[in-house]
Amino acid sequence: MKVLVFLEQREGKLKSSALEALTTASKISGGQAADVAGLVIGQQVEGLAAEVKGYGADTVFVAQHADFEKFNVLNYAAATKAAIDEFKPDVVLGIASPMGRDLFPRVAARCNAGLITDLVDLDLDGGFTGGTKPMYAGKVLAKIAFQGEGIKFATLRPNVFPSQESSGDASVKTLEVTPAQGGLNVVEVRKGESDKQDLTEATRIISGGRAMGSSDNFKVLHDCAEVLSATVGASRAAVDSGYAGHDMQVGQTGKTVNPSLYVACGISGSIQHMAGMRTSKVIVAINTDPDAPIFSIADYGIVADLFEAVPIMAGKLKEILS
Amino acid sequence: MKILVLLKQTPDTEAKIQISANGKEIESSGVKYIVNPYDEFAIEEALLIKKKLGSGEVVIASFGSSDVKERILRGLAMGADRGLLISNEGLEQCDGLTVAKVLSACIKQENPQIVLCGKQGIDDDNMHVGTMTAELLSWPHVNVVTKLEVNGDSAKVEREVEGGQVEVYDVKLPAVFGAHKALNTPRYASLPGIMKAKRKPFDQKTPGDIGVDVAQLKSENATVVASYSLPPEKPAGKLFKDEPVEEMVSKVVKLLREEAKVL
Repeated sequence: MKVLVFLEQREGKLKSSALEALTTASKISGGQAADVAGLVIGQQVEGLAAEVKGYGADTVFVAQHADFEKFNVLNYAAATKAAIDEFKPDVVLGIASPMGRDLFPRVAARCNAGLITDLVDLDLDGGFTGGTKPMYAGKVLAKIAFQGEGIKFATLRPNVFPSQESSGDASVKTLEVTPAQGGLNVVEVRKGESDKQDLTEATRIISGGRAMGSSDNFKVLHDCAEVLSATVGASRAAVDSGYAGHDMQVGQTGKTVNPSLYVACGISGSIQHMAGMRTSKVIVAINTDPDAPIFSIADYGIVADLFEAVPIMAGKLKEILS
Repeated sequence: MKILVLLKQTPDTEAKIQISANGKEIESSGVKYIVNPYDEFAIEEALLIKKKLGSGEVVIASFGSSDVKERILRGLAMGADRGLLISNEGLEQCDGLTVAKVLSACIKQENPQIVLCGKQGIDDDNMHVGTMTAELLSWPHVNVVTKLEVNGDSAKVEREVEGGQVEVYDVKLPAVFGAHKALNTPRYASLPGIMKAKRKPFDQKTPGDIGVDVAQLKSENATVVASYSLPPEKPAGKLFKDEPVEEMVSKVVKLLREEAKVL
């Protein structure tokens, strides 16, 4: 099967998950590097092709234009469609990132083709026939199959599939694309308030719940996060109480996360919160209530006041991590 | 200005999701259904835009089963003007692309200047329908919208992406916008609002009524859910209590390093 992989970049930096998608594409193609092509869209990004050399693709299509420097879904859709017309893939693969989740529904609809978003497992028996994706923020896993003979679109959940070197020259093939005239113009891209990694990409998270009591009290979590190189999250109760920004919310109406370590502090564990973090590899819960539901999914639970336990934990971590 | 809000119903966020015996459906009996939480931000935003412009019509449309009428009525109780329910009989299990085909046909008939929806349904978590609908209409879209300012025939729109970054767009109308949490605070429906909602215009249509050929739709490329399963239960962890905090924390940090190997 021929697979085209959208290689996501922002500000000229390739997302690490792009390698996960390439490695997966290589698997779908049966290791045939000639049948796998990457696609990079941007401005002055041809150098990124060298970074994916050896990850399973012989070709990397590069679409460059001053208007492509910042993500504009209509321009990126036009470039992706151009690559599809050129390469004629059976499968178009990407990552379920904010960019992938914006681009893929556009292009799939343009090709009148099925799309499966946020795959955590693939069905490769007799070609790529579908796969498994979480629904209801992970309360349920759904096995989904493609129907019809057309091209198949899919995005992978980041941090789930391995990236592995194999073969592939990744030689650059320039793609001439005219920007779309679709009524969408990027005015600017504003930086976030912090340089912290996004919760959905974080490998370690420390979260606070209603028991935090105030936004100032989140300092105790930020201090511990500093030592742990973790990102700070929050429960809906903490966000609704105004203790934390909504972009920090973990749960069904917030972000679904899957870090290697999740530390829940003063979070009782509502169904909707646990749905958003239950796939974390290791969960630590700190709560004064021994009957809090969060303990049912915690690998390690500590019945204690978070304001006492977290600073001690930060101290202990500092001893062993520095 | 005419504003159309796309609505879907979802199980309540606190609902325990159960799977039917054949593994092919999500159990609906005993489940409390609500307006998809993100759609409430879309309804609120439509009402705010109408108020700011001083005139206009807010229509709430859905492609769904007959009980979705209750959810649309909730939107009418919040202050929307008219409801429209397109029956999904025979297409209950269809994918986002199929839904987008029906809704885009509906939008062509209604001819609004702005279409608002939630950024994603909290059931299938796909983020497909709004964007696909825009594509089928050849309209621009912005999803995960945190700020929306309409100026004549364009809008200045902010979209949140990873790491708290914000993409700012200038968008020519008509367009589709997917609402995120930070956009506004949805109002509660007042009691007089609930009473009034029942007397507001409400249309029920079939896909055929809006020119959609269901048989043709079923034959096109799509995806289907083959089966559902529940994620494996986690084995019980280690709980430390009734010990000095310092000791409990020490033990857990040691376990994180030596047993779980995450440090």
